[in-house]
Amino acid sequence: MRVLLVDDEEELVSALAERLLLRDIDAEWFTTGTDALQRVESGCFDLAVLDMKMPKISGLALREKLHAKCPAMKFIFLTGYGSEKDFASATAKVGTADYLVKPVDIEVLLGRMHELLNSERGVK
Amino acid sequence: MFGLVNLKPSFWEKNVQLAAPGSSEYLFNYRRIWKDAILLTSIVALFPLIFITLVNYRFTGQAMGSEWLLRTSRTVSNTQRAISFFLTERRSALEFIVHDNSAEVLQDPIRLFAILENLKRSFGGGFVDLGWIESDGKQKAYAGPYGLQDKDYKDQPWFKQVIKRGTFTSDVFLGYRHVPHLVIAVKKKTPEGSFYVLRASIAIEPFNDLLSNLELGGLGDAFIINHDGILQSNSRYHGRILEKIALPVPVYSETTQVREGKGLDGEPLFIGYRFIAETPLILMIVKQKNELMKPLTKTHLEIIIFLLVSVTVILAVIVGMVTFMVNKVYTADERRLMILHQMEYANKMASIGRMAASVAHEINNPLAVINEKAGLIKDLFTIKQLYSGDTKLIGLVDSVLSSVKRAGKITKRLLTFARNLEAKIETIRLEETIREVLSFLHKEAEHRSIEIKVEALADIPTIETDRGKLEQIFLNIINNAFAAMCDGGRLKVQINRSGTEKVEIRICDDGCGISKQDLQRIFEPFYSTKTGQGGTGLGLSITYNLTHEVEGQITVDSEVGKGTCFTISLPLKLTTAEGANACVCYS
Repeated sequence: MRVLLVDDEEELVSALAERLLLRDIDAEWFTTGTDALQRVESGCFDLAVLDMKMPKISGLALREKLHAKCPAMKFIFLTGYGSEKDFASATAKVGTADYLVKPVDIEVLLGRMHELLNSERGVK
Repeated sequence: MFGLVNLKPSFWEKNVQLAAPGSSEYLFNYRRIWKDAILLTSIVALFPLIFITLVNYRFTGQAMGSEWLLRTSRTVSNTQRAISFFLTERRSALEFIVHDNSAEVLQDPIRLFAILENLKRSFGGGFVDLGWIESDGKQKAYAGPYGLQDKDYKDQPWFKQVIKRGTFTSDVFLGYRHVPHLVIAVKKKTPEGSFYVLRASIAIEPFNDLLSNLELGGLGDAFIINHDGILQSNSRYHGRILEKIALPVPVYSETTQVREGKGLDGEPLFIGYRFIAETPLILMIVKQKNELMKPLTKTHLEIIIFLLVSVTVILAVIVGMVTFMVNKVYTADERRLMILHQMEYANKMASIGRMAASVAHEINNPLAVINEKAGLIKDLFTIKQLYSGDTKLIGLVDSVLSSVKRAGKITKRLLTFARNLEAKIETIRLEETIREVLSFLHKEAEHRSIEIKVEALADIPTIETDRGKLEQIFLNIINNAFAAMCDGGRLKVQINRSGTEKVEIRICDDGCGISKQDLQRIFEPFYSTKTGQGGTGLGLSITYNLTHEVEGQITVDSEVGKGTCFTISLPLKLTTAEGANACVCYS
């Protein structure tokens, strides 16, 4: 499983990437959407975990661009704002996606990742 | 029950001034406004009415009094003229006879009778007899019905007066005949230097006829007195002939006089009089003023009744109108203040919401970092097996992670609270919502050992309503319950179905309870029993309004010393979206 992590909080995203790596998940992390898009030029990921609120390019906008390049890629959004219900209403505009409110339990995240990859729920 | 107390306007007990004059929160002293308005309006409306009535009362009284004085004066003058003419005419006739006939002729009784008969025939009445009296007072000749020949008059007052004056008209006396009469006597000097007197007796009946036929009105009485106040004629009310009247003898005046006086019983009188010239007689006409004024008194009474009825009606209308208007102003003022406070409350809640969201987000990010870093440490320990045997280290990391989880729950709750302040209808589970609200007070309950019990039947349906408003309703009531309870108290929340279309939430505490008097006014704005302890008196009023905005109803039962139960009845679904949008200022 190849996972792309994008969050402007480097301390968070780097630690999360390392934890996934420890679980044998090929995770790469970036702190800006631009860097993530550049990386995707050289190859797609199975799944992307995106922070909703980032400078310059937001999580939802980044998802649009990533989806354009890698239609098979699936997405999980992270947010520090509001509740999961708020987030659901926001993501409803672009179809189904999964979401988690920070701080995230790693086991919950892994569970969602597996669910997305093994089901038809993800955005294609 | 409709007692007098229900007539009391709602502003009556509200003499509050919540803020300085000029402030938007200033409430007027309505009772004073009410009193001032009634006083001012009453003065403006009643003063002219009362003034005109008094002027009318006074002037009509005066006018009628003057009219009666004038009329009495006229009657006195006319009557006096008639009496005076009567006496003057007869005196002149005697003077003519005495000068036209010699003493010898007048001494002849046959001739004297003939003259008397001629007088009676010519003057129609009054002459009773004639007598020829010598200077020694002896009546030498007499013509008349009483046989008074040779009677001696030298000691009679009238005889002395006629010797002195030449002509004299006496007052009424009985004389030798013992019949009331008066005398007109004329003295004639003889060539020898002596004199004789021709005397005529005049009956008083012509006077009585004249006086009794006068139309006086007002229990009027016309009579003649002499200068000593002795009645010279009949009188209706002042005694019999030759009796002294009770009224004082009038002061001499050449002209007719009419004065106001008092009777024996103090009754007011109009007294008119006139001294009859060349006689000792005074004509008097006395009328009862009260009798004369009776028609006016009746009119005055009618005017006073009309005035009293008018004043009563005007006052009733003024009081009614002023009460209505001041009540309107009071209601509008109270509503204005209520809205101001609701806006203030909504703004405060919105600020709290914004602050909560901001704080939650700011904390969430570092929490997430701590979470990931601590998670990574744990992963390193457990996955790489390096420190997996060190239970203390794993325990410490677990402790950090559980604290992060707890902090995460708090921030999530804050975010949910902030989100719910926005007005929107959603489907909610009541038990869940109540437990969420209770979670805010969990720590306080723990510290104060307050036992909280939530009971919900299994078949309670979900309801569609405004979650934010509902949470505020529950929070306000539960906060109040916490304030009313002592440490170790018990709070019980029950959720039941109420018919098929409603659910009912009962929130009961075992606090100090509310008195019956307070219970009636508990939902009124600004009514607080916590005055001086920070209570604004708006909490339950806002709760009441919020309950109505979500189309619910709220009731309260309480017993002092035992506790209070609030019952909120809510529909399963709002009939309009207005319930949710009524207070968009909350977002």
